[in-house]
Amino acid sequence: MKVLVAVKRVVDYNVKVRVKADNSGVDLANVKMSMNPFCEIAVEEAVRLKEKGVASEIVVVTIGPNTAQEQLRTALALGADRAILVESNDELNSLAVAKLLKAVVDKEQPQLVILGKQAIDSDNNQTGQMLGALTGYGQGTFASKVEVAGDKVNVTREIDGGLQTVALNLPAIVTTDLRLNEPRYASLPNIMKAKKKPLDVVTPDALGVSTASTVKTLKVEAPAARSAGIKVKSVAELVEKLKNEAKVI
Amino acid sequence: MTILVIAEHTNAALAPATLNTVAAAAKIGGDIHVLVAGAGCAAAAEAAAKIAGVAKVLVADNAAYAHQLPENVAPLVAELGKGYSHILAAATSNGKNVLPRVAAQLDVDQISEIIAVESTDTFKRPIYAGNAIATVQSSAAVKVITVRSTGFDPVAAEGGSAAVEAVSGSADAGKSAFVGEELAKSDRPELTAAKIVVSGGRGMQNGDNFKHLYALADKLGAAVGASRAAVDAGFVPNDMQVGQTGKIVAPQLYIAVGISGAIQHLAGMKDSKVIVAINKDEEAPIFQVADYGLVADLFEAVPELEKLV
Repeated sequence: MKVLVAVKRVVDYNVKVRVKADNSGVDLANVKMSMNPFCEIAVEEAVRLKEKGVASEIVVVTIGPNTAQEQLRTALALGADRAILVESNDELNSLAVAKLLKAVVDKEQPQLVILGKQAIDSDNNQTGQMLGALTGYGQGTFASKVEVAGDKVNVTREIDGGLQTVALNLPAIVTTDLRLNEPRYASLPNIMKAKKKPLDVVTPDALGVSTASTVKTLKVEAPAARSAGIKVKSVAELVEKLKNEAKVI
Repeated sequence: MTILVIAEHTNAALAPATLNTVAAAAKIGGDIHVLVAGAGCAAAAEAAAKIAGVAKVLVADNAAYAHQLPENVAPLVAELGKGYSHILAAATSNGKNVLPRVAAQLDVDQISEIIAVESTDTFKRPIYAGNAIATVQSSAAVKVITVRSTGFDPVAAEGGSAAVEAVSGSADAGKSAFVGEELAKSDRPELTAAKIVVSGGRGMQNGDNFKHLYALADKLGAAVGASRAAVDAGFVPNDMQVGQTGKIVAPQLYIAVGISGAIQHLAGMKDSKVIVAINKDEEAPIFQVADYGLVADLFEAVPELEKLV
């Protein structure tokens, strides 16, 4: 079966971001960018399904600026077969992204779509679920285990109190949680080979999708800073401070 | 203006996060209706009717809604939600699972995990693991929003007397089925609602050593949490994880033991009122946010702390 994986180019998770002085957003000039960690897990899961003989082809797709080709090449080096870039320089909201992905799904007809559960920049946790609604497919969000069995996929999900397993009819949408797998590293020969794999570039217009949004960001501020704390010398001093100064125990 | 709040519940009881969500709805202003969708959920509906400030409770009791499968619940909420100005749900694993599906069905954007209400259409929410706070404005006809519980003090669970009305919705969509669940058992307070949280990280070295934290937590009436490192190492189950990808907590007192304080962990606890860090590495980033830091071996400090509190 064909598997479609959506990936996103985001600021590297180790970077401590700074808010711009004019409060228009976060300063991303000259900041290291990478594939969103949850998307890496999605690519890895697709590659493992291919290695098990369940998946026959892996198509990786991203929506973003031309530079997002780097993340597609990374996914190709990890084992994806071909890539699609939907090129847009606008900052798109989840619904617009889900609509663009729906157009790609209509064209590619995958049996399984794998996304990360959230992107670490916008922290929205929406796109997979929205794609579920637009396609009408079942959704297995926050997956920590995925098993394809015949025309169904069993997804074990991380929920607040523990784990829940659901069975979804294929085609279906899965969003990955951290513990689904440990993503591999791309080897140098595979990085070289990935340069020769096909990468198509399309535009939202060509897909016939409007990316208009009903939500706009008015400003972005730094969070309130915590006042500096103190170091205590002993456990006794700590308990004394908690009881008499902070009055929390 | 009427607001629909999706109740978080276990069929038999209402989850505390519902009270925080109603509080957010009260800040927006207008009549508040609560939807309880489930199977055999009369008890949860009764509890919802008693919440202070709730005008009406809608009950959709159907076997298809038993496990809150989004393929079944989202069409119901989208259909009911058309007549409302806002649809709110708690940003729990359930709320996050169902609500974006509702928003897409209504063809509107969703605003995730708000921590403050500025006006009826403007909200604040953290982005970049809580390292920036965005103020966003929605022009959608129906504003679909998830609420971070720790951003709003809960309303009173008693004192209301809302009318309860049964609603019917679509049946099983036939796309998904519940297979089973494994819930972690704990007698301690729930992590996201606890007044005190004691968390352990990689410095605990193994799962057995968490007994020191459990002993301390029991003495304090606290919940026990963990960093991702402790969960990945298999010390404790994943539902104990505090952080950007785990649970967001804001207790009165957060005690971080053997936790270095990575950005992703801080995202889940830095709104705690008082933070205590116990770590033997005095350079650990956790000391930059801790109100009280103790540079010490946790295996000596924690048992001593347990004795003294």
